[in-house]
Amino acid sequence: MREPTRTTTLRYHQVAIGDELSDLTLPITATVIVSGAIASRDYQDVHHDRDLAVERGSEDIFMNILTSNGYVGRFVTDWAGPEALIQRVDIRLGAPNYPGDTMVMTGRVKEKSDGIITVELVGKNGLGNHVTGTVDLRLPQ
Amino acid sequence: MKKSETPLLDQMRQLTGAPVGEPNTARDPVNQAMIRHWCDAVDDRNPVYTDPEFAEKSVHGGIVAPPTMLQAWTMPGLMSREEREARAPRGPSVLRLLDEAGFTSVVATNCTQAYKRYLRPGDLLTVSHSIEAVSDEKKTALGVGHFVTQLTCYRDQNGEEVATMRFRLLKFRPTERSAGAERRGAPKRSRPVPSINHDNRFFWDGVQAGRLLIQRCFCGKLRHPPGPMCPVCRSLEWEAAEACGRGTVYSYVVAHHPPIPPFEYPNLIVLVELEEGVRIVSNLVDIEPEEVEIGMAVRARFDEVEPDRILLQFERAKG
Repeated sequence: MREPTRTTTLRYHQVAIGDELSDLTLPITATVIVSGAIASRDYQDVHHDRDLAVERGSEDIFMNILTSNGYVGRFVTDWAGPEALIQRVDIRLGAPNYPGDTMVMTGRVKEKSDGIITVELVGKNGLGNHVTGTVDLRLPQ
Repeated sequence: MKKSETPLLDQMRQLTGAPVGEPNTARDPVNQAMIRHWCDAVDDRNPVYTDPEFAEKSVHGGIVAPPTMLQAWTMPGLMSREEREARAPRGPSVLRLLDEAGFTSVVATNCTQAYKRYLRPGDLLTVSHSIEAVSDEKKTALGVGHFVTQLTCYRDQNGEEVATMRFRLLKFRPTERSAGAERRGAPKRSRPVPSINHDNRFFWDGVQAGRLLIQRCFCGKLRHPPGPMCPVCRSLEWEAAEACGRGTVYSYVVAHHPPIPPFEYPNLIVLVELEEGVRIVSNLVDIEPEEVEIGMAVRARFDEVEPDRILLQFERAKG
């Protein structure tokens, strides 16, 4: 089993509005895209078959939305810890993640109320913003 | 198409809120094997998903599934095209109406998932879909279309709602430009294509021929950027006068953020005061941003930035 990123969890009082999350730099490879698609049972050819993806007008295979959601979830709990409870993920989709690109995820705490913090995040690649959005997390008191 | 616009919206709005297709139950209950595949794929090392001992002592009291894995549980798996078509819901649907009206292209724009509780191994999900909202016809960068919000509800084996997902997509009629740009082998643009109209055509024709042309009113006033009317005498009569191309940097800015495709950054943008007295916005090239000074002498040059696309730019005047 891979070593956990962290085993302790931030407490609500330890987090302040404006706190920045630890960046996540993700080199996008065909393996990243294909393994994410198959792990999410998404067999659409544009996520694993380069020739068909190109035929359909795309530059290459590209990451599916379920995988992007997966990275958003990982990004926030890598920072907040394993017992932070994800309540809501609200994302806007933008530039596709193609192999050979790199996505850098950054985020900051935007709001805080009643035990829940709202994190604002961006995942940016060479073409622009792949994903922007917010995640609500419930932190232990 | 215009004529049927309102009836189309009416038809679509009559279908909002009604279920789309039959509820669909997951092929497998939530299980550790699929969770592990998922965590490997996105390299999520949160131990509450894969380490039974850690999970036991955690707030969850046992293994849970990553919330963002929600959709994976009810995905249909690998199917042939025929199988997929056979499973598609019958009868009228908002998406079909849009297809029939020519809004054949689709792009996902937003996804919002709200989780009522974490899922555990053994939970068996059933999913149901409806269309929650359809926007008026909108003009977008991709083309004219309608935003459609699909609402998906996830229930567990006891009929309890455990999560919802709102998925917003744009069904649009592709413009020639967006269709062309997506096609394979389309050359990468280095600049937006100029928007040429009746008033500015002379300018762009001049640039294409390597000449810097400025509007001159019959009253003698020069003006740029091009416009239909003289701001001094209000005459609509004008002619094109060729500028010598020499000028000075009146002001400049080095744009770093936000990067807007297809420009390259840092982007050195200058306001050049031409010898003739009018000012023009352009790029200054072959120079480092820190070398630029207000008042420095510059001269026009015409570069083929893409095949058959000539652009006016400025460079430091020599001597």
